[in-house]
Amino acid sequence: MLRGFNPLFALLAASVLTGPAIAEDKGRWGTNMTRGVTEVAHTTYDLHMLIFWICVAIGVVVFGVMFYSMWRHRKSKGYKAAQFHESTAVELVWTIVPTIILVLMAIPATKTLYHIYDTKEADLDIMITGYQWKWKYDYLGSDVSFFSNLATPAAQIDNQLPKDDHYLREVDEPLVVPVNKKIRFLITANDVIHAWWVPELAVKKDAIPGFINEAWTRIEEPGIYRGQCAELCGKDHGFMPVVVKAVPEAEYTAWLGERAAAAAKASELAKKTFTFDELYSQGEQVYNKICAACHQPNGQGVPGTFPAMAGSKIATGPIDAHVEIVVHGSKKNPAMQAFGEQLSEVDLAAVITYERNAFGNDMGDSIQPVDILNFKNKQ
Amino acid sequence: MAHGPQPGFKRWLFTTNHKDIGTMYLWFSFAMFLLGGCMALVIRAELFEPGLQIVRPEFFNQMTTMHGLIMVFGAVMPAFVGLANWMIPMMIGAPDMALPRMNNWSFWILPFAFAMLVSTLFMQGGAPNFGWTFYAPLSTEYAPPSVTFFIFSIHIMGASSIMGSINIIATILNMRAPGMTLMKMPLFVWTWLITAYLLIAVMPVLAGVVTMMLMDIHFGTSFFSAAGGGDPVLFQHVFWFFGHPEVYIMILPAFGIVSAIIPTFARKPLFGYSSMVYATASIAFLSFIVWAHHMFTVGMPVAGELFFMYATMLIAVPTGVKVFNWISTMFRGSMTFETPMLFAVAFVILFTIGGFSGLMLAIAPADFQYHDTYFVVAHFHYVLVPGAIFSITAGVYYWLPKWTGHMYNETMGKVHFWLAFIGLNVTFFPMHFVGLAGMPRRIPDYALQFADFNQIASMGAFLFGAAQLVFLFNVVRTVQGGRKATDEVWDHPQGLEWTVPSPAPYHTFSTPPAVR
Amino acid sequence: MRWSDNAKITAKLLALAGGMLVFALFVMPPLYNAFCDITGLNGKTGKKYEAVPASVDTERLVKVQFVASNNENMPWMFKPSVVSIKVHPGEPTDTVFLARNPTGHDMVAQAIPSLVPFDAVQYFHKTECFCFHQQTLKAGESAELELRFIVDPELPPAINTVTLSYTLFDITERVSANRNSDNKNTDS
Repeated sequence: MLRGFNPLFALLAASVLTGPAIAEDKGRWGTNMTRGVTEVAHTTYDLHMLIFWICVAIGVVVFGVMFYSMWRHRKSKGYKAAQFHESTAVELVWTIVPTIILVLMAIPATKTLYHIYDTKEADLDIMITGYQWKWKYDYLGSDVSFFSNLATPAAQIDNQLPKDDHYLREVDEPLVVPVNKKIRFLITANDVIHAWWVPELAVKKDAIPGFINEAWTRIEEPGIYRGQCAELCGKDHGFMPVVVKAVPEAEYTAWLGERAAAAAKASELAKKTFTFDELYSQGEQVYNKICAACHQPNGQGVPGTFPAMAGSKIATGPIDAHVEIVVHGSKKNPAMQAFGEQLSEVDLAAVITYERNAFGNDMGDSIQPVDILNFKNKQ
Repeated sequence: MAHGPQPGFKRWLFTTNHKDIGTMYLWFSFAMFLLGGCMALVIRAELFEPGLQIVRPEFFNQMTTMHGLIMVFGAVMPAFVGLANWMIPMMIGAPDMALPRMNNWSFWILPFAFAMLVSTLFMQGGAPNFGWTFYAPLSTEYAPPSVTFFIFSIHIMGASSIMGSINIIATILNMRAPGMTLMKMPLFVWTWLITAYLLIAVMPVLAGVVTMMLMDIHFGTSFFSAAGGGDPVLFQHVFWFFGHPEVYIMILPAFGIVSAIIPTFARKPLFGYSSMVYATASIAFLSFIVWAHHMFTVGMPVAGELFFMYATMLIAVPTGVKVFNWISTMFRGSMTFETPMLFAVAFVILFTIGGFSGLMLAIAPADFQYHDTYFVVAHFHYVLVPGAIFSITAGVYYWLPKWTGHMYNETMGKVHFWLAFIGLNVTFFPMHFVGLAGMPRRIPDYALQFADFNQIASMGAFLFGAAQLVFLFNVVRTVQGGRKATDEVWDHPQGLEWTVPSPAPYHTFSTPPAVR
Repeated sequence: MRWSDNAKITAKLLALAGGMLVFALFVMPPLYNAFCDITGLNGKTGKKYEAVPASVDTERLVKVQFVASNNENMPWMFKPSVVSIKVHPGEPTDTVFLARNPTGHDMVAQAIPSLVPFDAVQYFHKTECFCFHQQTLKAGESAELELRFIVDPELPPAINTVTLSYTLFDITERVSANRNSDNKNTDS
């Protein structure tokens, strides 16, 4: 009997002794929580380890007595059963002692919790909005605002290409933040409930449509920190990573300036006229990044769930209706979102052009970014 | 009264006999256990390595949802009701359940509920895909059309549970043999009495929450939609007000089974009987004031977080009392380790490990890191698989000779135990690691650093699945024949069920037994 | 004898079950809303506030930050006219949110407020708010949506920033569905 429990215990012991060491080099055998890169993360880790060791200690005593008894008090060893069946004193002891241990656990936990809830005096506010299935970041007080999509190619997910080191944890545009600044996150969602989580920052907060939540962090060292959505939010819940890039403050300021300039340039670009081929090839990229998740890379959709693009009434019908559904979303099916705010005019024009001419649709027509702009602004 | 069962299928369709109904409940739950288990194997097969191999994400979500629903409502709960049907009348010296016709009805609506639930897999848009906790608005505005059938089947399951519970309470309160005072009842009866009250209190809340969903989806109300002045977080509060007592519903009867088995094989009376009763009652009470510990990350005022954290930690006290009592029962006993005892001992050990991770999860600031990761998956599987499934298995092995009149094959029972025990730990122990390392739950594909432990877990899952086939084979063989069991079956077990012949006659205690 | 005992207990337990259903359907939602009002849970900033004359705390400045977002498929342009204002507690302050319906059809919207930190919710009073009413904009129409609020001088001293968020929901279909069902009711 006792022998049988050894593997479990060996596993437990091995994890206890080697866990933190392995977790540090981020190998494939990571067994423990990260110590993280913020003060809150360190405190959380310490709290986690404290409770863990208390549990181990209790476990050693309780299972020790149990295994001793199973070893010694066996009928096959001729052990005669005692007949005691109660003892008020003993029962009082094992009610009171655990209660005291619990109080001792509750004290550091309460302190940490108050610390986490202290969102005051932030240097920087970032609004995070969860979408099916991407994140949007708004740097409050500046014009910088962008979506952050999964960057892992579908071919890697479908095992047609070898997987990168950061498989499923790579985005097209990470959240860039300065180190050693108190950053306050305002978290909400656009459709269903999501949860924004980066283990190294020890920030996990639900993003709820219609309501905002707050959280904060102060990152100690520059680096790239990866996490993902933690609340089931539909089909691609597993495919909406969070990547935070923490940089020194000067670098952050420069980046923010560049982003603002890029935004200005994009609206400039919207007035330019593109050739059909330019639109088609850019549209293909946008389609594969944004649309293929549901409508599938081959445009065939998923029968019963996501309509096919090939031969669809909209993609082969009047172009106005096509622009309408892409910009404003579908009234009938909430899964078809409004992309008017999510994509630039150039991307919108490109993807619509692509959809009307790919998958055998062959409409031969195209639309310019400036038309999209006019559509958005039309009276 | 002294007639036997009707011949043919009418025996099962029209039966009002508690033993027949108990048998049907047990077979039904085993079938659901295998079905839910197959779904778990689909999940584990997909998670065997990174990348999408076997199923698409939309189907994966249907599998996780259906696995949860079928295991909770189809496997664990009906199995406990089946054991209650078989054993409670025999344990309290009653001739049958108090409301035999309702008993028949509460069983027979179950297959329809699950047929409806399973049929959603073949509907357009697929089966429910929003997790067994079905958080709004994913389960309302964004749900597949089959959600209406899901709601209806939940209503039927709820009605079945409520009827079953009323029957159990009426039986325990009204049908005890003279002299069987409440504090003489076996703990299985006590735990079921408390469980039945929990069920009657919370199944209507579940019915309420799905009704609100139904209204939101079809009748334009907005309980859970912010657009109309509702609140998706309300859903979570109502759901977990049901959900937390629900998890105790799935564990309290297990406490009763283990409290029957350990004394028998330790040849020593149960330690601290009355404290066991009080501990069960306090766990049941506490279960109503801890629900929001499932929602620590939802955004609550700090006072709320603290209240739910403290209340949750408090549950460790009565739970600890129970574990200590079981170990004291074993201590200085004269133990043998037949299959039921093996499962019961494994229950105590593994349930305690699940309790430890539960205590860790109760610590709100640490829970911000654990929440919705595989650490939680590991935790509740450590509580539910060894807790509910092992105790039910232990109970089946323990009482099977009484039911069938034959001894099961002990070697095969031990093989089943060791395969299940190893399979379980290989499956669920690594989940602690990947969870702590940052793998969220309910994802069909994962980052590369989680690959190795997931591979191990998947192999364990198939081992655990295979172990259940040994169980099935052993039980079928025992029903068909085998060594005759004595009336006592074991070495001087306590309880009225051992005073009747093996196999238990179709009608027992038509005249009340004398209770010492 | 036994049968009547069973009937009695069955009736009692059924009543308990029925009571719990009523509790879940009709008591828990209002109870939850009341709880939200008291604790500021989810940052729901209650109903219209009847202004009472209060002294203005000119010593103190509180930063009130505004954010606006659209729920899924809501095509309106919607944003605060200013990103934040500093106000003295007790002083009534006006601001507007800008909205425009760029689509070719008339639409109805409902704005849902949410405020953080939650501790501040009960100290943030709105005497006038566009969120109290549904907002209708014709195709292509623009509007300035008015908000008038007072920060209570009792606001805990530790709080120096509050963030008020509005999420705009498209309720055009919901409204027309209700109207249709109302019409049906009056017809019959």
